[in-house]
Amino acid sequence: MADITPLRTAAETGLSKLFEATKMKYPTGVSIAREEAFRYFEAVGLPTRRVEAFKYTDLRSAFRDAAHPAEMPQPETARAAVAGAKGFAGIEAARLTFVNGHLIEAESDLTRIPAGITVTPLTEALTDGHALLDRLTPVKQAAENAIYQLNTAFLADGVLISVAAGAKVEAPLHLRFIGTGSDAYSTATRVLVVLEEGAEALVLESHEGPDGIAYQPNDAVDVVVGDHATFRHARLNAEGREAVALSTLSVKLGAQAAVETVNVVVGAVLSRHQVYLNFAGADARAVVNGAAMLNGKQLADTTFLADHAATGGVSRELFKTVVDGAATGVFQGKIIVQQAAQQTDGKMMSACLILSDEGQMMNKPELEIFADDVACGHGATCGALDDDLLFYLMQRGLPKAEAESLLVQAFLGAAIESVSHEGAREALIGTVEAWLKARG
Amino acid sequence: MIEIKNLTVAIEDKQILNGLNLTVNDGEVAAIMGPNGSGKSTLSYVIAGKEDYEVLDGEILLDGVNILEMSPDERAASGVFLAFQYPLEIPGVGTMTFLKATLNAQRRARGEGELSTPDFIRKVNAAAEKLEINKEMLKRALNVGFSGGEKKRMEILQMALLEPKFCVLDETDSGLDIDALRIVSGGVNALRAQGRSFLVITHYQRLLDYIVPDVVHVMSQGQIVKSGDKDLAKALEASGYAEYRTGEAA
Repeated sequence: MADITPLRTAAETGLSKLFEATKMKYPTGVSIAREEAFRYFEAVGLPTRRVEAFKYTDLRSAFRDAAHPAEMPQPETARAAVAGAKGFAGIEAARLTFVNGHLIEAESDLTRIPAGITVTPLTEALTDGHALLDRLTPVKQAAENAIYQLNTAFLADGVLISVAAGAKVEAPLHLRFIGTGSDAYSTATRVLVVLEEGAEALVLESHEGPDGIAYQPNDAVDVVVGDHATFRHARLNAEGREAVALSTLSVKLGAQAAVETVNVVVGAVLSRHQVYLNFAGADARAVVNGAAMLNGKQLADTTFLADHAATGGVSRELFKTVVDGAATGVFQGKIIVQQAAQQTDGKMMSACLILSDEGQMMNKPELEIFADDVACGHGATCGALDDDLLFYLMQRGLPKAEAESLLVQAFLGAAIESVSHEGAREALIGTVEAWLKARG
Repeated sequence: MIEIKNLTVAIEDKQILNGLNLTVNDGEVAAIMGPNGSGKSTLSYVIAGKEDYEVLDGEILLDGVNILEMSPDERAASGVFLAFQYPLEIPGVGTMTFLKATLNAQRRARGEGELSTPDFIRKVNAAAEKLEINKEMLKRALNVGFSGGEKKRMEILQMALLEPKFCVLDETDSGLDIDALRIVSGGVNALRAQGRSFLVITHYQRLLDYIVPDVVHVMSQGQIVKSGDKDLAKALEASGYAEYRTGEAA
């Protein structure tokens, strides 16, 4: 049989060249992992609509070119970028700062990390062969994903965060990812988080960058939540208007472990946030929320997967999307309940508010259940603002735009109110208010 | 003072109000009674400016200004208040947030300064106390999980805070037990004043024992067909609406 050579796009060819050019910079073990990841990626290429998991988000057409991996910025460039950063800026927190995907130690609070938390720059952890690295394999479905593979192949920087057993750290650790520059570039960062038994920690992530360029961030966060430990996480995508932003959160939960995460999307022309949860231990709990507000030609994809492998897992997912202009919201959610995972309780909801004629929403919820004693459900709704509610608010004196804003804010607020840190919650609500104000 | 002249209104090609004329004087409490389907709720919605209705003819003058050209929020700012028969639940919108937004929106529209937060809270607490609305209710999302009586008390609280000129109460007594009826009526009576008039829409005379009207109008087939004093309501309670149902299927 004749070999079939698939047609490769400019971006795919570009990625191969860039990969060859950067591969020598890494320690041997890492090079092998990168090589494997890239070969895997190269074999399948950038996913298109023909790949079911990318049915609504065609990465092959989104990536016209392979942008060059960003270099470590000059100190003054980094300082200027940090000075203008807004995400979670008003919150008292220890900050780890990445500019163009590189950890900038001079702009980070590495010396005042809260007690109970240890932060190791990823380059150092990889070079020294940090003992925790072996435990930080991602959830199986993430490892098989093209976006995650690309992140591995081009991995440039990151941090390893470990939270000591029993340490209940209330002060947030803020990872801020800031982009700067006038030419398109790509980044690939990896954050590894291990919470030992009974530990608790809050990680805030903010992502922002310049409006005028089509930069390509690809960020992955791998978390291992030990038995009885709790990982709290709030993420803000305030990327530049032209960015093509890919991100993956992979979480493995031990027995009676918990994760609470919310992703708020306001930026990027195309974004895809993937969440993979693995309920490895019994009686683990997860709250996974999302709030996206889109306009213009934005497309925001939330892809969620919960794999219940142990008994008694409880998961609650609430994704809220507001679509204006000619924007598109995408939600793909899947709950898998393996045969052993009896008494799983999973509820997944995606609700969309469409404010314009051209806006659209794609909802694809799925359940895959192999156990017989479970309570799982999913729902998906799409609708316009309720005319009766608008009339009620206007009758009390609110002008139409203000009445609409109040209702939109209430709609999105339901997905944000799970954030227990008051400052973070208010900052995210502030993001919603700013978006509504700009809408006018 | 409100003057409604020859008001003719249709919804989806069905004419509901047929050249209705009605005057409510300053400081007056007027009651409108009438059988189901006579157009009472339509009248209240048209006064407030709900979009679904098509005004074919006539005008509604508030102090000489025709409000039919105004949007609902502009009418509210000029002093029109509608207490809804079924107040809506608004999940996610805190009651205090809502009250402050409405109060300040109206003040802005009238060119007045916004209230400071302490002044606002003092004002709300004082009004809430009179209506036996506890602080816990004020902390919840607007009307969410409120009982029927609590929702109606919340409507009267808003009326008290917004200090409108012309209040329309659309079947405010529906779903109220005796205690709630007493509290709600007390709230309305406390707001009776020169310069503020009321249009109280009800099926039953019972409410009018608590809110004693200056004048009672009977509505049938989209028109006011009879007017009188409070004794007219008592007579209706005794005789029923039979004589006003002409035209309806027997």
